[in-house]
Amino acid sequence: MSAWTIQSVREAIAAKNVSARELAAEFYKRIQERNPLLNAFLTLCPDRASTQAQRIDGLVAAKKPLPPLAGVPVAVKDVISTRGIRTTCGSKILENHIPAYDATAVERLEAAGAVILGKTNCDEFAMGSSNENSAYGPVRNPVDTGRVPGGSSGGSAAAVAAGLAVAALGTDTGGSIRQPGALCGIPAMMGSYGRVSRFGLIAFASSLDRIGPFATSVRDVAAVLNIIAGRDPRDSTSVTTPVPDYLSEISKPVKGLRLGIPKEYFGSGMDKGVRPKITAGIEIFRKLGCQLLDVHMPHTDYAIATYYIIATAEASSNLARYDGVRYGVRVNGDSLLSMYRKTRGAGFGAEVKRRIMLGTYVLSAGYYDAYYLKGQKVRSLIAQDFRDAFQKVDALLTPTSPVPAFRLGERVDDPLQMYLADIYTVTGSLAGVPGISVPCGKASGKLPVGLQIFGPPFGEARVLQLAHAFEQAGGANL
Amino acid sequence: MKISREDVLRVAELAYLELTEAEMETYRAQLDAILEYAGKLNELDTTNVPPMAQVLASDQQAEATLREDVIQPCDVARDVLAHAPGAEPPYFRVPKVIER
Repeated sequence: MSAWTIQSVREAIAAKNVSARELAAEFYKRIQERNPLLNAFLTLCPDRASTQAQRIDGLVAAKKPLPPLAGVPVAVKDVISTRGIRTTCGSKILENHIPAYDATAVERLEAAGAVILGKTNCDEFAMGSSNENSAYGPVRNPVDTGRVPGGSSGGSAAAVAAGLAVAALGTDTGGSIRQPGALCGIPAMMGSYGRVSRFGLIAFASSLDRIGPFATSVRDVAAVLNIIAGRDPRDSTSVTTPVPDYLSEISKPVKGLRLGIPKEYFGSGMDKGVRPKITAGIEIFRKLGCQLLDVHMPHTDYAIATYYIIATAEASSNLARYDGVRYGVRVNGDSLLSMYRKTRGAGFGAEVKRRIMLGTYVLSAGYYDAYYLKGQKVRSLIAQDFRDAFQKVDALLTPTSPVPAFRLGERVDDPLQMYLADIYTVTGSLAGVPGISVPCGKASGKLPVGLQIFGPPFGEARVLQLAHAFEQAGGANL
Repeated sequence: MKISREDVLRVAELAYLELTEAEMETYRAQLDAILEYAGKLNELDTTNVPPMAQVLASDQQAEATLREDVIQPCDVARDVLAHAPGAEPPYFRVPKVIER
């Protein structure tokens, strides 16, 4: 089974070694073989893929210039709206939801020539760290199918890691791109808050949600980010800050860059298989001529508590829209209120209800100041930690996840323990900075470890340069 | 114990969630543990710290980036209603709200 990259797809299509239609067919064949076990895809859209592939093949036949992602088979997380294609958010409450429009990120991918194969499984409404909260069953990690792929974008990560898509879109609210990328052993990136339009992304926590790419190389991550980044008039939180050409930025030298190592990310919670890989990964940057500096980020330890207050508060508000009136599933009741209660009680899964309850509580009269307002204040302190660090260094190096992929079912009974899996990723989510997870060897020679690189706001090019240099220096094979 | 059964009932009522007896007790215990953990934020003195109301820098915020207010065609009513539960185009239909 050949491993395709964006570049090799484009070259093969341009040279007529393969047509976009043949390539799509090859990927659907792979999906048919592997998906029954992996459960990475929830919905396939062969008609839409075929239409797009024909368009690309038409450009080749007419000797017209090919767009940057010409014929590249991609997967899209099922919280991102696709016109005419079922979009469930991994929830029963949207099991029959067919959006009337495309998300901007989807529109841009297709305009750039990508062929969307289907929609990927995820934790319900992107709430989870193992993909076990999907109403459609867990995704299995292609590295070891007895283990979780991480979450919430577990289907996107597994699809790319298993070669069922060349690239994929995921979403990250507290680590949901970076952590599954780490656990499945592929690069995965969250751009700065505001870098990628969220028009058409079904909201979980609006001050945190971001869309970003998975691929098998940092170069391909950069190629996808190039397409989806940038201002969108339909999302007022997407910024006008210019988007550099990440592909041409990526090869710039990293020698002399100052990299911060925050000691708060190297505490006792880190698995003993992960620690030596991260240490060796940091050593690669020293060999590349980077300057390593200890930095202090004193509020790191408060990030999980802060995150789960703010994210659940926003979720309780965003998910109020699922009331059985306008879309999704309805459970009838003898009054309007009874219909709301029954619909929501039956339609949402356990984790989503837990978070709605928690979020409603922290926003409710008498508790708002003690929890939500307090959380917003501590969020300021965490963001200040990042601003202070970036006064001294160009980027930060940390582990992505304290543990490698854990076994299915191992952590489902204790939500608080599951939340702690996000301990190294939620900080950057709260601060709004860009971050990537890049493969950094394998714990005990078997399970992938991810190294996380944070940059300052809109410092994506720098983050990608470092990740690319690390990958080229053999970081994945430590 | 921070969370009582009455708290769970009150929150479920506010959130329009119908919960089973078993869910009530599970959520009570779990919310209790999570809020206990969240209590660690009280270790920090935040008296003079402003809440973080915006993620973006001031020149990037919505008021700086609002688009022109021009009418654009948005002909999706048919598609939207086609997938709505129990719709009666051009309306969404719900149980009777107003009693005579």
